[in-house]
Order: sequence, then structure tokens, then C-alpha cells
Amino acid sequence: MENTMTQSAVPNRLSGNWRHYLLRWETFLLLVAALVFLFNSFASPYFLDPWNLSDATFNFTEKAIIALPMAMLIICREIDLSVASIIALASVSMGLAAEAGMGTGSLVAIAIAVGVACGLFNGLVVTGFGIPSIVVTIGTMSLYRGITYVILGDGAFTDYPSEFAYFGQGYVYWVFSFEFVLFLGLALVFYVLLHHTNFGRRTYAIGNNPTAALYSGIKVNKHKLILFVLVGALSGLASVLLTSRLGSTRPSIAFAWELNIVTMVVLGGVSILGGAGSILGVVIAVFLMGLVTFGLGLLNVPGIVMSIIIGAMLISVISIPVLLGRWRAMRERQS
Amino acid sequence: MMSAILKNRERFLALVIVVLVLAVGFITPDFLSFTSLVGTFNDTSILMILAMGQMLVILTRCIDLSVAANVALTGMAVGMINAAFPGVPIPLLMLFALVMGAVLGAINGFFVWIVGVPAIVVTLGTMSIYRGSVFLLSDGAWVNAHQMSESFIDLPRQVVLGLPMMSWIAIAIVALLFFASRHWRSGRDFFTAGGDPTAAFYTGVNVGKVQFKAFVVSGTLAGLCGYLWVSRFAVAYVDVANGFELQVVAACVIGGISIMGGIGTVIGCALGALFLGVINNALPVIGVSPFWQMAISGAVIIIAVIANSSAERREGRIILRSAVTARGAQKVEAA
Repeated sequence: MENTMTQSAVPNRLSGNWRHYLLRWETFLLLVAALVFLFNSFASPYFLDPWNLSDATFNFTEKAIIALPMAMLIICREIDLSVASIIALASVSMGLAAEAGMGTGSLVAIAIAVGVACGLFNGLVVTGFGIPSIVVTIGTMSLYRGITYVILGDGAFTDYPSEFAYFGQGYVYWVFSFEFVLFLGLALVFYVLLHHTNFGRRTYAIGNNPTAALYSGIKVNKHKLILFVLVGALSGLASVLLTSRLGSTRPSIAFAWELNIVTMVVLGGVSILGGAGSILGVVIAVFLMGLVTFGLGLLNVPGIVMSIIIGAMLISVISIPVLLGRWRAMRERQS
Repeated sequence: MMSAILKNRERFLALVIVVLVLAVGFITPDFLSFTSLVGTFNDTSILMILAMGQMLVILTRCIDLSVAANVALTGMAVGMINAAFPGVPIPLLMLFALVMGAVLGAINGFFVWIVGVPAIVVTLGTMSIYRGSVFLLSDGAWVNAHQMSESFIDLPRQVVLGLPMMSWIAIAIVALLFFASRHWRSGRDFFTAGGDPTAAFYTGVNVGKVQFKAFVVSGTLAGLCGYLWVSRFAVAYVDVANGFELQVVAACVIGGISIMGGIGTVIGCALGALFLGVINNALPVIGVSPFWQMAISGAVIIIAVIANSSAERREGRIILRSAVTARGAQKVEAA
């Protein structure tokens, strides 16, 4: 959180070489990803099979779709820990609607509407009362998932229309699943949104200095509200994909995903303190995490051990640039 | 008189708890029996102890998401030692739990203080690392009641002066922190470091070091709770206390600990934990499905932070009138 106050009150990220730095960060990630890819293809003969690779994408696509707007939210100095609970709530809403006999189209609409409503509630509480989003969304995280438990108890919804299965199980062309193609498309949309529109520039401006942004005429609260709604909407969309892939809804669906998603974003070079990061970095980080988990899976490493590796990766990947920067500063002082 | 109670967080919480207990007692008189009330308090002990540690961390503007994983890892280690060497005396085992917890906490503190990684990133990482380590340590196996020695299980249950040992431990820790937070310089340091890190720096308080200490205390208490948890439920497995960290943060937030650091009291925090404990114990008694528990605690967190938000808005001393009007204008625009 805000424990770097003593280091520098105003981050100097816009001066000159931050683009350069980011570029290097992404190159570094890409290099690591390439190494993992190479290592995997030597370690297991099953790795390079296109269908195996395609199957592997299912494990991270839904999370990655939420990571895109989450990156923008974190750049804007906010965070949403309730995303996994939004998935659960949207999924339960779809389950109820499917039980009432609604068609596939309305199911999708309902999931996204529930996501928008949840995101709007988060955003309104955060901006309306000026409360840190981390507390608000810890609260709504229990609230939204709590509602799914109230509705479902220990039961499950399993009656979904057969054409609903396409979103999570269908293929657009050859090995390219609908989910994966959708993710690539959305990544492109978010790339343009963050790096080539006024909206994106404002996101950086707020993240670097909210007060200065406000005095420059940016509607900070409205901007944050839009981002919260965006995160909610895409969580609803992810819920469609996940529910369709699993074919069922249980209250524990997508449990603890929020931490995975935040890890993806931070690993992608987005500063948890706001103001810096890129969509390209997040996309590479998504693939890196996907490759690592898939490779370890092929080597029969249990999922919980993978979480150790992901956790260690998160900490070391953040620590290394900090330590390198300090080392460089020390050398400059000596010369 | 009423408004004085409403304005004071501790009195208000205490009032709410008493009303809640009486209301539940009105529906089910058995709830008001001494054994039932002691049971409710005893069930809350672990949450209360963990909330004490978390409070110190939050006071210094950090957050410790790894406490529950720390509980699971220390608990598993203690449980396995007890199963393998039943002869090891329990006080020695408790000491081991404290030291192990402290070391795990110090790892968090090291990255926050020395490396300068944001606490939320560090503890997000160590949370998965510690949780995964439980699996590595135990190989996924459980330590069951019949493998534990009698004295290992008995200690927290021993009744002294009408209260079980576990409750006394919680009371002792709350009392110690209450005293330290008011009368010891090292206790006041937590408030100084979190209230205004820059001012703390000029007062000669090493903010990073105080944060380190907070993590060590939080880890130590989590270690203690590791033993208490495993001994109380007489079982140790990988998913012990899974997701409990959020309950702990919730107890702090309900107790009026500001997530922005520097504000809060030990009594408020203890009452926040007690409030959650009473709700958790009351729901089944009045015949409400326990599935409501999560949604209710989520709603309570949101209501509590909204209530906090007005108390937290601190205005600095007025030096320049014009600056105050400018800030007023900013507020109007932001709202």
C-alpha cells in the first residue's frame, strides 16, 4: 500500500526514460517467457502439440480477460478484489435465469448486467465516500459471494441450454477457441484504449498525481467510476465463459481468483502504486504465467506447489528492479 | 448522551454487541447462558488475537494478507512435531510456534522494510508461498486427533476461573497491547509511523523499521494461533484457515482501524472481532442458515468503512485561508 511515502512524495515516472524502462521490462518478460517455452518443449514431448497448447489457454483466458481492465484500474491507483465474487454472483444469476427457461442471449446479457451493477456499486462507494478501494472491495467480495451462498447453499445449477456451451467450449477456427480469440480481441481494444485515447492518457494522469489531474480538469471520480464499471462488466463476461466451460454453477466458483488476476497485472509491470504499466506487459505476463503453470502441469507438479512458484515469481519480479535501481543509484553516487 | 455513544466508536460497537446478544437471547434464551456466552467468546479468541497483529500492521499503512497461511503452516509444523515426538513438552512447542511465526512475519517485514516492495504485493506472494509450503511439508496428508498427544489438545481447553485457557490467552494479549499502545514508546511508534510518515521521519522514528516490527508481531501472533487452531479443532491440513485473512482485516475495519494508517484503538479492534464472532455464533442459534454469514459480514464491512470515512477525514491546521477555500472547492468538485 502507501508505504513508499517516505521515499518520494511525487513519483517521477513521466520524465524521459520511463518508456524506455517499460520497453525493457516487457523485453525481459518476453525473454523469460521464451526461456520457459524452450525449457518446456525440452522437458516434455507433449508440450509442442497444438491441441495441448490450445487446451492450456483455457486455464488463464478468463482471468486474463479481467486482468485487462484491472490493469487500468490499478494504474489509476485503485484495485478491485471483488472480481471473483462478481463472477460467482453473475454465474448464479445466469443459473436462476436458465432455470426460468431463458435463452442463451438473455443469459449473457444478465451476466454482464450483474457485473456492471456490482462494478457500479464498488465505484459509487469508493468515489462517493472517498474510501480506499481495497477495503470496499474486500467488503463487497464477501457480500457478493455471500449472496451466492445464500441463493445456492450447497447446491448447484447445471441446467444450461446446449448452445450456451459454445462460449467456453467452442472453437472459432482449428485450435483457436472462442475464449482465446475473444481475449486477443479484447487485448487489442484495451491496448488502443489505454495507449491511444484521451481516456487512457487521463488514466495515467490520475495514477501519477490525482490532485494535479483534478486541477487539470479531469473528472477523477467519474473516470474511476467508469473503470470500476468496466472491471465489473468484464467480470460478468468472464463469468459467461467460465460457467459455459464448466457447464455448472457452484457458490465456490472462481474462488480466490482475484489474487491470481492481481498477480498477472503486477507481473506485467503495472505499478501497484499507480501511474505506470502497459497492456502489452500484462498480455506477456498472462502468457508467461500460462506457460509456467502448463509446463509444471506436464511435469506432474501439483497445483498448490505451482502457487509457491507464482508467489515467489511475484515477489522476486517486483524486488529485482527495485534492487537494481538502488544498486545503480549507489554506483552513480560513487562515481 | 445518545449522541456521545454514537460518536465514540468503542461505545457504539459495545452497545451494538450488547443489543445483538440480548436480541438473540430474546429469541433463544439459551444463548444468554454463561456457558453459551463463554463459548461465543472462546470461539472468537483466535480471530481477536490475529486482529491484534493485523491492527499494528494496518496502523503503519501496510496490510498482512499472509496471516491465515502463516497459521496453517505453523499449525501443521507443530502438529507434525507433536505427532512424531509426543514427548516434546507443550510449552516448548508453543515457543517453537511463536518463533516460527515470527520468522515468517519477519520475511514479510524484510521485503517491506529493506527491499521496499509494497506490503500488499509481498503478502500476496508469501500467502501463496506459505500455503503451498504446508502442502510440501505435509505432502497433503492430515494430522488427525488420534495422532496428537493428550496434553497438546487439552491445553487451550483447560478451564481457569470459569474461562478456557484460549480465552485467557486472548484477553492477556489484548491487555498487553492495550497497555503497550498507550504507554510504551514502541507502542506509540506504530501510530506515529502510520499517521504521518514524513513527520515520523523528522521525529526520529524509522518508519520502515516500525513496519518490520509490526509484521514480526503479526507473524508471532499468527504462529501462536497456528498452535491454538490445530489444537482446538484437533486436526491439521493444508486448507486450515483458508481465506481467514479477510475476516481478520474485516475485524480491524469494523473496529475502526483506518486502512490509511495511524488511526484506531486496541479496544475498538477487539470489539470488531467480537462483533463478527457474535454474528457467526448467533446465526445458527436463531435458525438462520450459516450461508448468510458471509453476506452479512460483507455488508457489515461496507457499512463500517462508510461510518469510518467521516471520522477519518482530518483537516490540517489552518495556516492559509486561501488554501482552505481552494481545498473546499476541490471537495465540491470531487463530490
